[in-house]
Amino acid sequence: MNGNIAIDVRGMTKRFGEHTVVNGIDLQMRSGEVCGFLGPNGSGKTTFIRMLCGLLAADAGEGTCLGFDVIRESEAIKRHIGYMTQRFSFYEDLSIVENLDFVARMYDVNNRRQAVQDSIERLGLAARQKQLAGELSGGWKQRLALAACLIHNPRLLLLDEPTAGVDPKARRDFWEQIHELAGQGLTFLITTHYMDEAERCDRLAYLSYGNLLTHGTAAEVIAGAGLTTWSVSGSELAELALQLRGIPGVNQAVAFGARLHVSGTSQHLLEQAIAPFRTEQHTWQQVNPGLEDVFIHLMGTSQDNYTL
Amino acid sequence: MKQRPPLSFARFWAIVLKEFVQMRRDRLTFGMIIGIPVVQLMLFGYAINGDPKHLPTAVLMADSSQYSRSLLSALKNSDYFRFVRRLNSENEAEKALARGDVQFVVTIPVDFSRKLLRGEKPTILVEADATDPSATGNAIASLRTAINSGLQNDFKGPLAFLAGSDAAVNLRVHARYNPEGISQFNIVPGLMGVVLTMTMVMITGLAITRERERGTMENLLSMPTRPLEVLLGKILPYIFVGYIQVGLILIAARFLFHVPMAGSIPLLLLTSLIFIAANLAMGITFSTLAKNQLQAVQMTFFFFLPSLLLSGFMFPFRGMPEWAQVIGEILPLTHFLRIVRGILLKGNGFSEVMLQLWQIVLFAAIVLTIGVKRYRKTLD
Ligand SMILES: Nc1ncnc2c1ncn2[C@@H]1O[C@H](COP(=O)(O)OP(=O)(O)OP(=O)(O)O)[C@@H](O)[C@H]1O
Ligand SMILES: [Mg+2]
Repeated sequence: MNGNIAIDVRGMTKRFGEHTVVNGIDLQMRSGEVCGFLGPNGSGKTTFIRMLCGLLAADAGEGTCLGFDVIRESEAIKRHIGYMTQRFSFYEDLSIVENLDFVARMYDVNNRRQAVQDSIERLGLAARQKQLAGELSGGWKQRLALAACLIHNPRLLLLDEPTAGVDPKARRDFWEQIHELAGQGLTFLITTHYMDEAERCDRLAYLSYGNLLTHGTAAEVIAGAGLTTWSVSGSELAELALQLRGIPGVNQAVAFGARLHVSGTSQHLLEQAIAPFRTEQHTWQQVNPGLEDVFIHLMGTSQDNYTL
Repeated sequence: MKQRPPLSFARFWAIVLKEFVQMRRDRLTFGMIIGIPVVQLMLFGYAINGDPKHLPTAVLMADSSQYSRSLLSALKNSDYFRFVRRLNSENEAEKALARGDVQFVVTIPVDFSRKLLRGEKPTILVEADATDPSATGNAIASLRTAINSGLQNDFKGPLAFLAGSDAAVNLRVHARYNPEGISQFNIVPGLMGVVLTMTMVMITGLAITRERERGTMENLLSMPTRPLEVLLGKILPYIFVGYIQVGLILIAARFLFHVPMAGSIPLLLLTSLIFIAANLAMGITFSTLAKNQLQAVQMTFFFFLPSLLLSGFMFPFRGMPEWAQVIGEILPLTHFLRIVRGILLKGNGFSEVMLQLWQIVLFAAIVLTIGVKRYRKTLD
């Protein structure tokens, strides 16, 4: 029916003891989309992904993943997804080629030898294929893991912080590869803590303490937050930030490189609040809020909700 | 410069407290700390009897006179013999010994009372399954006295001339299968089972827990695979390891200890396969139950200890109290010991081996079923 819907889940919930770490999350994704999954540490991203691929039993929730029932048909789902774990979880005591071969066998890949060799070539690891995975540097481990996830031509990739510890050049290559594959119809759900990566996603979902706070395109997410942001440059910005924080109307004052971003949800209140500080010492300029402003704002609000 | 104290009490105490907390959290370790001494006390204190009594004995009685009956009751009164069966032929006696149904067969010849009355010294034949010399030694030593004192009451009136003499009957003892009573003949084949039990259970015991601890389980579970695939897949490679051990021990048995090899070696290898598989199944099941590698090792020992002590390896099986024998009968090692000793020393064939083998198969099947049921397909 919905050939172009990759993920359609509602009310996904996971509790560990008394803690609800994923709280009734709904998520829809179309095939070929690259969805960025963001949120602070411990917000439940990994847990949500594990439920999608049947690694954790959901306490509540329903829906489909690649057209299969997400609760009952995890066996079938597993065959068509590639899951890259946050922590390197291939066998450190097997060589690169042995790991890839193992994965290819597990998925019963056609033309296995060729698939493994192709994957090694693409990785650029042909010369080191006999090396033990445990001896690879952190970034190379990540790249090996990604290659292993792709070997069985999955339709959906769940990548849990795939670029953590990867150098900028490799990260650039990685994202190019992802968009290329997405063009071929693969769907990606990628968790990341990097803003530049978030900006490269078709859609974003932001999780905090198990709640899905917002989702949509980057522009929608930014618009949805309703922030007004002023960028300040000049001297003694740290001092200024300290003074600004806590004034009603100023939600946040955050350093962005050599500038300070001061944001508030009410344009009127913010302008009132900053008026006394607009002196010769600093240059004030209203800017469009960026994703990072929005995410920092989201983190702040959700914490408030939590402690209430 | 001020001398720094070699030990900070505060740090030391912090560690002590932490260790206590960790120990309290780790229920299994705590259980082992209590469990192992308890088990050992029970086993060494009560279970082990180096002087087994009430050994099952069959009688082939061709003469049913008053004297024969006195003789049997004398043996019975010695406490070493428990008559469980009457046999009708030499052939049956042979079988009963080979299968291990009885430890002794006492044969009273047709002309027993006639010869006795004439003072012709009839011969009583006692055949013993001496595979394990320590099980039969004391019983055999007691035979002469038991017989003599038992018959004394009958030596009255016309038979008074026999009274007091030590040699009213001839006693012939056949220590079968291991006539010289060489304990290595019993121990070395048994060692094969013991070594396999120890190593096979341990190796596979670590199999799943290692995956969990190294984080590779998450990856494995995200792949489309079924529990039995994983479990059997982890069992198979170790069967080869097991065979290497079997080979080594057989070679040592043959060339170092000169253990007789009366039966079929291919049959022994076949039964070893099943025994190895049973132990691997036990290990892999422990692996699904244990939370970490340490627990898996502990479980291994918890299984190994009774196997070692209650299987008849360390002590004669029949010297153990009933409850210990019941436990022993469950353990694969018990049956494997009987098979190995049976094949090598008694020359047992397929039908005798099957009597023990099916019990090992049953054990393996039950244990593996538990393993498959317990294997968690999720990370919860
Ligand atoms: N097996 C578990 N048992 C108990 N609590 C758990 C378990 N796994 C995760 N949690 C808790 O669930 C919450 C969400 O964890 P999760 O790993 O999903 O976060 P995350 O968003 O992936 O964080 P990060 O960005 O650090 O990877 C955390 O509070 C964590 O402590
Ligand atoms: Mg995570």
